[in-house]
Amino acid sequence: MTTMTTTELWCDRCGESATATAHPACASARQLEPPRFCPRCRRRMKVQVLPVGWSAVCVEHGEIRG
Amino acid sequence: MPEILDQARTQVLGDGVGLDQAGILAVLNLPDEHLPAALQLAHDVRMRWCGPEVEVEGIVSLKTGGCPEDCHFCSQSGLFTSPVRSVWLDIPSLVEAAKQTAATGATEFCIVAAVRGPDDRLMKQMREGVAAIKAAVDIQVAASLGMLSKEQVDDLVDMGVHRYNHNLETCKSYFPNVVTTHSWEERWETLRMVRDSGMEVCCGGILGLGETVEQRAEFAAQLAELNPHEVPLNFLNPRPGTPLGDRPVVEGKDALRAIAAFRLAMPRTILRYAGGREITLGDLGTRAGLLGGINAVIVGNYLTTLGRPATADLELLDELKMPVKALSATL
Repeated sequence: MTTMTTTELWCDRCGESATATAHPACASARQLEPPRFCPRCRRRMKVQVLPVGWSAVCVEHGEIRG
Repeated sequence: MPEILDQARTQVLGDGVGLDQAGILAVLNLPDEHLPAALQLAHDVRMRWCGPEVEVEGIVSLKTGGCPEDCHFCSQSGLFTSPVRSVWLDIPSLVEAAKQTAATGATEFCIVAAVRGPDDRLMKQMREGVAAIKAAVDIQVAASLGMLSKEQVDDLVDMGVHRYNHNLETCKSYFPNVVTTHSWEERWETLRMVRDSGMEVCCGGILGLGETVEQRAEFAAQLAELNPHEVPLNFLNPRPGTPLGDRPVVEGKDALRAIAAFRLAMPRTILRYAGGREITLGDLGTRAGLLGGINAVIVGNYLTTLGRPATADLELLDELKMPVKALSATL
């Protein structure tokens, strides 16, 4: 497993710039959702939700788990 | 006391006969001040005809995303701009998910795939996956794989799948507003075959898709006609990129009215809290529903979204003195 170092350039929920504006609605929604976009490169990740936890894989930046 | 609740006390609580569509609509239209009485009556009905036990279930997505159907609420349709990508779960991970579910005390583990219906690859994955789970975990296996052929129904019975979920989602009159790639009748046909096979039928739907209160009553009456073993009750969690992504969530009191009404329509069914309760009802509403007709929960995460921690639900059940249904009671 590759551990992602989060230099968060992109919102991991909506895929828009994380530096241009705040994303309070996304941050709130993320409490009940896994990430969908890689925060480093904006690629859509392959996400598997499990009964306990989730995993998300970016083809470039590897896997994160929650 | 409104007349409909007096009628329900005699007919549903006393005789175990569910309300008809007009009666269900009357409950759905009760003013707020009568909601506590409706929930108490629904709870009494559940306790009399189902008992205090709560059936606990976990679910997992075996095949996520890339679905060819256009169910307007679903982030897994390949036809929308949802960010959900296609993923397959391998069998060791599937077995691990079943173990995690069993560790919560759950007796049910439902394997779900986002498909119109299963192809040979998915049926092979199911056969291997169910066998691996049964060899490693003491839990009942259910499945939800879309529309089935008769041969596939028989295959699932052979695998030992004891319950099949296929939601009608909404009432017959509103269904074409929600799904255009297949019909309500096609779903009904799968449910009929499942029933005839001896598998338990699990069939519910989603409230808040834009249906009217009258259509919500129509839906409950149609489910009552089907008489499923279990009815999972979801509340729309609007998903980004789907046609229903901007719809408002169901008001908490309307959700609770629906729980009471569905229980009074189906006094003996397993009425399960499923997706969306966290955003529609929150913690207080979850408690109110469990004291208002609900007698089953999905614990942990859902298919593409996250739920409350299983421990939060289990602690609540303990506090409410509602025992978790034991596996021996389901066999």
